[in-house]
Amino acid sequence: MNAITPPHLKWPTGTDYTAVPYSIFNSREVYDLEQQKIHNGPTWNYLGTEAELPEKGSFKSTYIGDTPVVVTRGQDDEIYAWVNRCAHRGAEICRERHGKSEDGAYTCVYHQWAFDAKGDLRGVPFQRGLAGKGGMPKDFDKKQHSLRKVRVVNHRGVIFGTFSDDTPDIEEYMGEEVSYHFDRILKGPIEVIGHTRQYIAGNWKFYSENTKDPYHASLLHLFHPTFGIYRASLGGGSIVNNDVHSVLWVENSKEDESKLSDVKSDNTRTYQDGTYQLADMSLLAGAKEFDDDTSTVIFSLFPSLVVHQIQNTLAFRQILPKNENEFELVWTFFGYADDTEELRNIRLKQLNLVGPAGLISMEDGESTELCQKAIVRDGEYTNVLEMGGVGTGTEDHFVTEGAIRSLWKGYRKLMDV
Amino acid sequence: MSNSNLSQELKEEVEALLNAYVQCIDDDDLELWPDFFTDECLYQVIPRENHEMGLPTAVMWCDSRGMLEDRITALRHANVYQVQWYRHIISNPVIKTEDGDTFQVQSNYAVFKTCNDGESTVYNVGRYVDEIVRDKGVLKFKKRSAIYDTHRITTLMVIPI
Repeated sequence: MNAITPPHLKWPTGTDYTAVPYSIFNSREVYDLEQQKIHNGPTWNYLGTEAELPEKGSFKSTYIGDTPVVVTRGQDDEIYAWVNRCAHRGAEICRERHGKSEDGAYTCVYHQWAFDAKGDLRGVPFQRGLAGKGGMPKDFDKKQHSLRKVRVVNHRGVIFGTFSDDTPDIEEYMGEEVSYHFDRILKGPIEVIGHTRQYIAGNWKFYSENTKDPYHASLLHLFHPTFGIYRASLGGGSIVNNDVHSVLWVENSKEDESKLSDVKSDNTRTYQDGTYQLADMSLLAGAKEFDDDTSTVIFSLFPSLVVHQIQNTLAFRQILPKNENEFELVWTFFGYADDTEELRNIRLKQLNLVGPAGLISMEDGESTELCQKAIVRDGEYTNVLEMGGVGTGTEDHFVTEGAIRSLWKGYRKLMDV
Repeated sequence: MSNSNLSQELKEEVEALLNAYVQCIDDDDLELWPDFFTDECLYQVIPRENHEMGLPTAVMWCDSRGMLEDRITALRHANVYQVQWYRHIISNPVIKTEDGDTFQVQSNYAVFKTCNDGESTVYNVGRYVDEIVRDKGVLKFKKRSAIYDTHRITTLMVIPI
């Protein structure tokens, strides 16, 4: 523990990664340190997709952590990003969510300082004054007043940004298996089919935990078991790469009979033998579109991105922390440019399963709020992360919190505590 | 589209449907909610940003009466969420019809949500764009789109708009 560690970041000794102090979920001091060491540190943050920037001059506003960032496509067809703060007096430059700059310029409305797609300063009104009076000093050098630039990478049509020169190459950052699943789901050119946004009164890390937690899937999300469709006995598991990234996957063909009998005898709501039936089964009539039997993959690229394939729905989920108690979740749904009309319609119908009103997974926002509400005065207490043992790493089953323990291992490295 | 065939009687009949629909939801008579639609129908709750960009993604998208019923079965028996009540306020209906049997209707809505802590918040604001038809003598929604301005949904959406 180094000298500058805030008291809220004190980890209990002798617990490996099985106990996390609640104080890290609602302390402003910890939140500010995370913005500095994680989001502004050596991490790749999801910014959007190339498909959202179709033409020279296209732009999109987003965030890295809580820092506002604009992503642009320049006249040279390259992708750039910069902090949405004028180099002059700090005003927000781009005030639209997305659009196209016809002349390739981004002009601050306050004093009309104009920047190009790369974030370089191109024009300062009255730089030489008026009638010999006023103006900027003679040695004012526009090259010294670019916007704060973001290092970007366009990886298979997905754009990531980092503020740090130390962030490794994107594939090395992801790790082998996350990279495999990224390539699998970005198998061809994509088309964005829409966005939905969700605002959740919980700390952003509760959602990170949630997306690394295969244990909760069949217990909190009761849509599948209620209609007799999904059970924890299906094949699958959780994979960990570079501590903080993970893959949860489910394979439909691999139901294990011995596991199924354990699920039945456990007497939870997770196994219900056809209590209710869907009136319209077309909701679940999917189409096979990958060369494997994987029906669900949810992989997390810490700190800002979760990518999923749930049946035929495909989405990027961008995690945007707003403060220590709130985050926004921006869902970008996509299909492939070569989708048939039939497949596209299946995707649209199955969007009922996921997102803010998702029949399968609407509860995820609720679960983070449940935690946030209850820890308010109990920062020195810890959670219990012992499902599946105390180890960190990959498991070939769902009854584990191993990927969450790995997250905290990596978090402590990034935060230096 | 001509509006000359919209008698006071028809206007009241359409408005009665709009009112009965929101009252059904606010009174938690959700099992009756699918009855407001024709068997083949389209109900969607879609963010305004997608609608304006021509992107089809909706948070709820049901193209059959069965899918409407499944939403309610899931809400009652599967989904996990905190106790909540809606209160819809609807206004400014603009009703257009050629023949008195098919109506194009647009109206504004605001949904207030109240949870167990007693605070009422403006949860979802937008407009309904409807195609209403006469089905065995009764007016029903053939198509109802709730296009919402409040594109940032607080926590989750489980009850239809």
